Amino acid sequence: MSNIALDGKKKKPLTARLLDQKYLFLLMIPGVIWVLVICYAPMTGIYMAFTNYRPSQNGYFYDLFNAKFVGLQWFEYFFSKDFGMIMRNTLATSLLTLLFSFPAPIILAVMLNELRSVRMKKFIQTASYLPYFISWVIAANIFLTFLSGGGLINDLLLSLGLIKERILFFQHGPYFWWIIAIANTWKGMGYNAIIYLSAISGIDEQLYEAASIDGASRVKRIWHITLPTIRPTISILLILAIGGILSTGFEQQLLMGNNAILNYSDVLDTYAYRYGLAKGMYSYGTAVGLFKSIVSFILVMSANKITAKLNDSALF
Amino acid sequence: MTAIAKKAIPSRIKEKRTAGDWVLDIFKVVFLALVAIVTVYPFWNIFVISINDATDAVRGGIYFWPRVFSLASYQEILGRATFQHAILVSLARTLIGTPLAVLCTAMLAYPLARKDLVGHRFWSLLFVFTMYFGGGQVPYYMVLKNLGMLDNFWVFILPNIMSVYNMILIRSYIESMPSSLFEAVRIDGGNDLVIFFRIIMPLAKPILMTVALFVAITQWNSWFDAYLYTSSQDLKPMQSILVEILNQYQTGASTSQQMAAGKTGAATVTPDSIRMAATMVATLPIIMVYPFIQKYFVKGIMLGAVKG
Repeated sequence: MSNIALDGKKKKPLTARLLDQKYLFLLMIPGVIWVLVICYAPMTGIYMAFTNYRPSQNGYFYDLFNAKFVGLQWFEYFFSKDFGMIMRNTLATSLLTLLFSFPAPIILAVMLNELRSVRMKKFIQTASYLPYFISWVIAANIFLTFLSGGGLINDLLLSLGLIKERILFFQHGPYFWWIIAIANTWKGMGYNAIIYLSAISGIDEQLYEAASIDGASRVKRIWHITLPTIRPTISILLILAIGGILSTGFEQQLLMGNNAILNYSDVLDTYAYRYGLAKGMYSYGTAVGLFKSIVSFILVMSANKITAKLNDSALF
Repeated sequence: MTAIAKKAIPSRIKEKRTAGDWVLDIFKVVFLALVAIVTVYPFWNIFVISINDATDAVRGGIYFWPRVFSLASYQEILGRATFQHAILVSLARTLIGTPLAVLCTAMLAYPLARKDLVGHRFWSLLFVFTMYFGGGQVPYYMVLKNLGMLDNFWVFILPNIMSVYNMILIRSYIESMPSSLFEAVRIDGGNDLVIFFRIIMPLAKPILMTVALFVAITQWNSWFDAYLYTSSQDLKPMQSILVEILNQYQTGASTSQQMAAGKTGAATVTPDSIRMAATMVATLPIIMVYPFIQKYFVKGIMLGAVKG
């Protein structure tokens, strides 16, 4: 990988190397300023979670370091107040999402691979990732329209005789978890299938031919050739998904939720936002956000460790 | 894409179909048809409703084809000054934000692709760490406020000039280039700036296009930054107008109200027809860049999949 190490000819003095690389550092200036201002300056806010921060005219850093230190008070407040409900919603939404959105792209990729017509295959694949590229605003618009009382899904269920009365999907709390799970799957399925398809495209066609000459049915070929080939990809993506289990969406809840079902739609991210910025309990919102960040960080790092063990190659 | 598409199952050698194969075939057809329907049909349905006469549409039952053709909703929404301005804001943030982001991201990717960079590991970690940990919304908001970025057009641009994920995509692309290319420039007396602008940028065009698409689509689809960091009507992008329309829809606007709205107004439009037309206007640019998505996106995702 180090094939572009231009100055790699054994240890010049540091100043000489710095001088050699002055243009490289010049190129890095915007990136370094960006990362310090946009990413690292807000990290001072970790401290905010342990204080009673109130903004004034004196500027952020002045306010932050003059705020009263309250220790773990905000975390205790969270654990004694809404922790149970918020974690229930977060985990229910993300586990349901995982249930649908994890197998769906695998099935899609395998089925696409079984399709003989190249044009059909291209059409369906192209269609399948259309939802990925549209905004959540439009996606929410579609779901709210189709699932409304007079919407298409109700029309369909009524005409099939599956229901007697129109269902108000957005008035029943637990339905909301299913709606978010299905919306997440709808939006991400085609995009994630690309990763599996690229793994499948690496399979040598002769393997399939040999198997069919040996009399293996197509079901057997999927089971013994296609699936084993993409197993490493499956395990990596599963572990990554588990690492991101607390990040269960934000825009979708804000756009599709309503006050009647807030006790079901509110997840960690939206809760931190509502208290932190919308209600002005700055330190409390930050504490909730920090709790989520730390747990997520641990999950992702452990996930990476496990992947490294499984595949001898870490993801990062 | 073509590489995947060509990889169909080998020609149909005459073979006996087992019961399992029949089940597989039926499942395949049903599943794929379902995927195609649920991903394409909603857009088609919204499209036909948007080009149908609004008062007629209230009766419902428009599924595949408009009943009474009318472009009144489009005339109404595109004629609104606020909507026109919002389109301009969306275009501005996309057209200014994208090239700037691609340039800045590439400028960082090249030095970090150079393993001989002084402090290479430190710089790498400095950036990669931010992918996994952040300070949170409140402090970020306060930092932007202190920088005078609130209610300022540049709040759409400057925080987005870089993305570590995109930087890694470009970096791995540069790492895969043969070093002999750069050595030749070196021998001719070219410095790193010459290498970057004359060699790297032109050769990395495929990955730069992928990143440009990522950024452009994100910019076009964004509304939450406008919602949080701006309050001026002049800075509302089109997605924000859509959010407002959506919120009005959610908080009421029953069918009877819509009928009334349709009858009192001179043009026959309803809140619903406006909503459908606005949705189509926001979706159209995405569909227009779809050929580019086909060409560049799939490769980009695979690169990303390899490098994580």
